[in-house]
Amino acid sequence: MHTDLSETVIVFVSFFRNALLERDVAKVGCSLPGARKTGTTICGVVYKDGVVLGADTRATEGMVVADKNCSKIHYISPNVYCCGAGTAADTEMTTQLISSNLELHSLSTNRLPRVATACRMLKQMLFRYQGYIGAALVLGGVDCNGPHLYSIYPHGSTDKLPYVTMGSGSLAAMAVFEDRYKPDMEEEDAKRLVRDAIAAGIFNDLGSGSNIDLCVITKGKVDYLRPHDEANKKGVRTGDYKYKSGTTGVLSKLVIPLQLELMEESVQTMDTS
Amino acid sequence: MTTGGFSLGQPTPSVKATTIIAIAFEGGVVIGSDSRVSAGASVVNRVMNKLSPLHDKIYCALSGSAADAQTMAEIVNYQLDVHSIEVGEDPLVRSAATLVKNISYKYKEELSAHLIVAGWDRRAGGQVYVTLDGLLARQPFAIGGSGSSYIYGFVDAEYRQGMTKKDCQEFVVNALALAMNRDGSSGGVAYFVTIDKDGTDEKCILGNKLPTFFDE
Repeated sequence: MHTDLSETVIVFVSFFRNALLERDVAKVGCSLPGARKTGTTICGVVYKDGVVLGADTRATEGMVVADKNCSKIHYISPNVYCCGAGTAADTEMTTQLISSNLELHSLSTNRLPRVATACRMLKQMLFRYQGYIGAALVLGGVDCNGPHLYSIYPHGSTDKLPYVTMGSGSLAAMAVFEDRYKPDMEEEDAKRLVRDAIAAGIFNDLGSGSNIDLCVITKGKVDYLRPHDEANKKGVRTGDYKYKSGTTGVLSKLVIPLQLELMEESVQTMDTS
Repeated sequence: MTTGGFSLGQPTPSVKATTIIAIAFEGGVVIGSDSRVSAGASVVNRVMNKLSPLHDKIYCALSGSAADAQTMAEIVNYQLDVHSIEVGEDPLVRSAATLVKNISYKYKEELSAHLIVAGWDRRAGGQVYVTLDGLLARQPFAIGGSGSSYIYGFVDAEYRQGMTKKDCQEFVVNALALAMNRDGSSGGVAYFVTIDKDGTDEKCILGNKLPTFFDE
């Protein structure tokens, strides 16, 4: 049995229209908004009973935060979840596409999908597009062979490891992992470790920020903790710039009504059929 | 590696920064590699096993772009499975090397990976093939990757005809240790696989257990 992946294709037909639009807009002196990248910290760790995936929640468009609370942990199948860094649209669409194909595959095999299957599908698609799909993923889940964790790069290479980090904040998060990772941790230790790794990314990387989302996957159960930790709660304003009316004394008042003449009145009905 | 934050072209993981080596002896081969995968200045995976099985008794060592090398190894693994079912017996090492060579040659402009193929089969015993740039050549031993530049002198001086299995294992481990020491972009642990008619034996030597030489 062989799923024909050549039929699951992202079409680039809008490319020509977009190029024309770009040219027209440039004539007026503006520029179209760029693809939104999730400057990100994502990570995952394998512990005694399963995997813990973690992600921050900031999406940036250049130097501006576009979304303060975006969700970077995507559903692939009931037992497999995927964190995505890179171009936001690419990670979103890629994970949805593979999630859909994996569901069909699972119905066909009549079994719970395996993490390795999702990994193969993702890496083969990303390799086919030679890195032009900017999706860097941390894929984790629990299947009949136990817990598995993969990191998948935009060009299609994968690494199967007990702990992985990706995104602009990956170096900060990896520093925490390299210091405190132990094999066969308990669930609370694993959650604390992932939370600290993402926090390191949030506080030391400009592209990551806001809250920490966690996803704990064990055999038969998934805990999607969003948010797990609001590391950056917006503060309460202690003061107010509004003054009570009467603060400034009024010395005198002059009212001049405007003489307006009604020229024409027309009513156009809206077609609400 | 990743497109996160404000930088545009992020470096992609490659195993170009690598040392791989394979050597054939009378009844089999020993194939070895370091374990570092780098993306620009950052090490992305410090324990990657670059010795990828193509079949039970045929392995290949990966170097170059990580994505290209991994994909080539997976495709050839699949093609060899089909081929061995069709002929009804274990495939020849030369067949595996030819499949790798075909991909390397056909897509030589697009791909950037070099695989050294080594294994044992009943017809010709232990064999090592290089497939760089799409050529197919059988050699008594082969080295590859950026770290190999540092050990050409060592392997040329130390190689002798008729080495035993144990000599070959020592040769591979010493060569890897020397290269990993001098090449900034090789490192981590050393993996080596010994393949002979009795089976396949995978071993891993941790960084601090590698043989030490002058200056260590």
